[in-house]
Amino acid sequence: MSPETPEQAPAPEEQATGTDPKPEEAQVERADPRNPVSWLPTLVETAVAIAVALVIGALLVVLSDQDALEALAYLFTYPADFFNAAWDAIWSSYSALVRGSVGSGDRLATTLERAAPLICAGLGVSLAFRAGLFNIGATGQMVFGFLAAGYVGFTWDLPPVLHMLVALVAGVVAGALYGGLVGLLKARTGAHEVITTIMFNYLAASILLYALSKDAFQRPGSDNTQSPPVADSATFGSVADVHLGVVLAFLAAGGVWWLLERSTLGFELRAVGSNPDASRTAGMNVSKVFTVGMLLAGALAGLASTMQVLGDQSSLSPTLAGNIGFDAITVALLGRATPLGTVLAGLLFGALSVGGVAMQASAGTPKELAQVLQALIVLFVAAPALVRGLTRMRSSASGSTVQAKGWGG
Amino acid sequence: MRLEIKGLTKRFGSFTANDSIDLTIEPGEIHCLLGENGAGKSTLMNMLYGLLDPTEGQIVVDGEPVTFASPRDAIAAGIGMVHQHFMLVPVFSVAENVMLGREHTRGLGVLNRRKAAETVRELSSRYNLAVDPDALIEDLPVGVQQRVEIIKALSHDAKVLILDEPTAVLTPQEIDELMEIMRELKRQGTSIIFITHKLREVKAVGDKISVIRRGKVVGTAPPTASETELAEMMVGRAVQLVVDKEPANVGEEVLSVENLTVVDPRGHQVLKDVTLAARGGEVLGIAGVQGNGQTELVKALLGLVRPDAGTIRLDGEDITRHGPRESLDAGIGYVPEDRSHDGYVGDFSVRENLILDLYRTDGFSRGLALRLDAIEQNADARIKEFDIRTESPETPVRSLSGGNQQKVVVAREFSRPLKVLVAAQPTRGVDVGSIEFIHKRIVAERDRGTAVVIVSTELDEIYALADRIAVMYDGRVVGVVGPETPREEIGLLMAGAGAGTTAATGTDTEVEA
Repeated sequence: MSPETPEQAPAPEEQATGTDPKPEEAQVERADPRNPVSWLPTLVETAVAIAVALVIGALLVVLSDQDALEALAYLFTYPADFFNAAWDAIWSSYSALVRGSVGSGDRLATTLERAAPLICAGLGVSLAFRAGLFNIGATGQMVFGFLAAGYVGFTWDLPPVLHMLVALVAGVVAGALYGGLVGLLKARTGAHEVITTIMFNYLAASILLYALSKDAFQRPGSDNTQSPPVADSATFGSVADVHLGVVLAFLAAGGVWWLLERSTLGFELRAVGSNPDASRTAGMNVSKVFTVGMLLAGALAGLASTMQVLGDQSSLSPTLAGNIGFDAITVALLGRATPLGTVLAGLLFGALSVGGVAMQASAGTPKELAQVLQALIVLFVAAPALVRGLTRMRSSASGSTVQAKGWGG
Repeated sequence: MRLEIKGLTKRFGSFTANDSIDLTIEPGEIHCLLGENGAGKSTLMNMLYGLLDPTEGQIVVDGEPVTFASPRDAIAAGIGMVHQHFMLVPVFSVAENVMLGREHTRGLGVLNRRKAAETVRELSSRYNLAVDPDALIEDLPVGVQQRVEIIKALSHDAKVLILDEPTAVLTPQEIDELMEIMRELKRQGTSIIFITHKLREVKAVGDKISVIRRGKVVGTAPPTASETELAEMMVGRAVQLVVDKEPANVGEEVLSVENLTVVDPRGHQVLKDVTLAARGGEVLGIAGVQGNGQTELVKALLGLVRPDAGTIRLDGEDITRHGPRESLDAGIGYVPEDRSHDGYVGDFSVRENLILDLYRTDGFSRGLALRLDAIEQNADARIKEFDIRTESPETPVRSLSGGNQQKVVVAREFSRPLKVLVAAQPTRGVDVGSIEFIHKRIVAERDRGTAVVIVSTELDEIYALADRIAVMYDGRVVGVVGPETPREEIGLLMAGAGAGTTAATGTDTEVEA
């Protein structure tokens, strides 16, 4: 043991000085990206959360399976019947879920394409998180991306690759502006971003409906609230069986990582997100950082929207945004607001969503089970203490530290 | 009540916070527990108060071994605790706070406020603790809030009162009052465990002094022991309580403040027409009780607060309208008074905090990209130079001890060329060893020709460093005096009286009766 160890270890007692009165346990969860060991508890916690969710999901499968329920009635006479039926139900559902999501190249491609917008929108939420902003507005930012990318896509007439690029940029810029507006409002007036983003979501949804009722956005000769399809010249090309959007999503993740960990702007974003007062004292322009943070978050949501309009579906409809904007929040949460985590969480959610449909088709288990699993995973991740309690991972040291911190001396 | 602690040990994993501690608190005794931050004082008290389970050892009350599962048990056994951070509900009255948790009720759960108020009045007259039972906590000064905490403990019939760093939040006058209260409690038979790291206080009221270092009782001393002896016991080596410094080699006027006025958002004038000057090669100490405008003065110097009137000049250039970025760039170094709030980002590593206001300079970034190698080298160099005790440069600053956190802030501010160093409470909550080190560095910075402005509420620190002392009271500079001015005289100035003793430079002085 080095001589300084005794100096370090009592650090939890630091409150003695009266300089650190804030309870800071809440923020401890984030791991240091450069220290592999610090990742371990996070990884284990997430794995346990997923495992627990799967177990609870299995119970639901059994309880919704006709054969298993019938066997349950005579459980004590022929227990094997019930357990066989239950096992069959669980196995067929979960194996269908896996096969349906990653069972073949084709399925895998679908999963990746489903995951791509989740990853991008999730990155937007994560980035804002790191800047201390709780961005609920990915939905609204995506809607503006839809409108811009879609409009460019089906109205303008440009050469193939150029058209796609222009539409892409239009979607990203529109999302960025809508997000940036939230940041500007916060920086200028102090309006809380949670409130403004929620309201901006409603606003965007209504604007989308309004636009789709106007000739400029409506399919010619139709009164349906649906736009014309995006021109072929503006759609994403394929790269190895998946559309270009998937590649863009991974590039975006790499870019966000670089921005956060390697750039001065990222340094500012993280500093402001963690301690705005110290950041201001160190000469950072906190208002500017908030605005830029939301601008970038909006740009990522806008990028997510282009994957829908220029990738999967080619025309605008009121339901196009779906749940992606909100799932993005859970993806970011599950990914601990880090780019890598967000990618992994996005892939998981994409797989669950694609696999869920296959599960319903082949095993008859409702596809909503996949959503239940998503919700349970996030629930357990959001409540790490619960998971630790379930698995008795809580070490005596960490438990006591919390108390020592609470009462200085 | 006689309280004995026998072989009390607490381990957190492999770390032993308290190692077989033996203490005896006799009835009616003020027992001082002296130790640096992180020495294990709080762990010990948390065990005594039922917040932590001892790993080994016993607590014995009047010969009977006891175990405390929760503070409730400890309170029932006659132990009361006044925490450093008060556990009061700000919007409740004094009486309501005192009865909180065991409210007297009449009939259908109607609170009997009168009874509670009577209890408070009775205790306050018995122990000479002046408190109005009907006053709201949020309207009371900190010193009075502390009295409420004491009354709360006494209302539970506490026989042993634990005061955890009670003077950290008090003004010198309030400290004197608290000591009087402690003596009164003692006269009436209450024992007090007085936790502190301030030597002067220990000597003033203590009957017995136990020194804790690294989780062990390293010795006991009578209050007649000298401060040097006590400090050595506490730190474990010889310490220099007085900073060695040459006479100041005073140069040109570097920073000048003229008629500076700041009005806070509630419309109060918190800084009133302040005029001051700091010269190169000199330490200007700003003394005063907390909350007399020092915070605003410092923030205005840095551009964190926009002055409503007046001018700030650096080397003759008007910097009144500068923001923090420009002020820092112009060569002002800043050690904020509340380091965890303004000084560092707790989640950030030592390495990152060491460039918190330098990341945009050429050395540490190129375009948008951070230069990780340079940042790493800088961290290694500063950690070595300032003897920052950290596991690695990657360790989050939050998990360092207070002294080392402060060293990170100081190291960062000293790592660029400065014209002016503004340090507010540079050693608050810092252990003796680090105080010594930080003081030396401040003097070294002065000797390099920097104009140093030190704001401190601790007169000891002002005396240790300052070449000139400006005293602030009620938003004004009420006097600028030499370092040889006696403590009493400065104390009077701090209390707002006797402003006429020495003329303040260029500003009208205020005399308060």
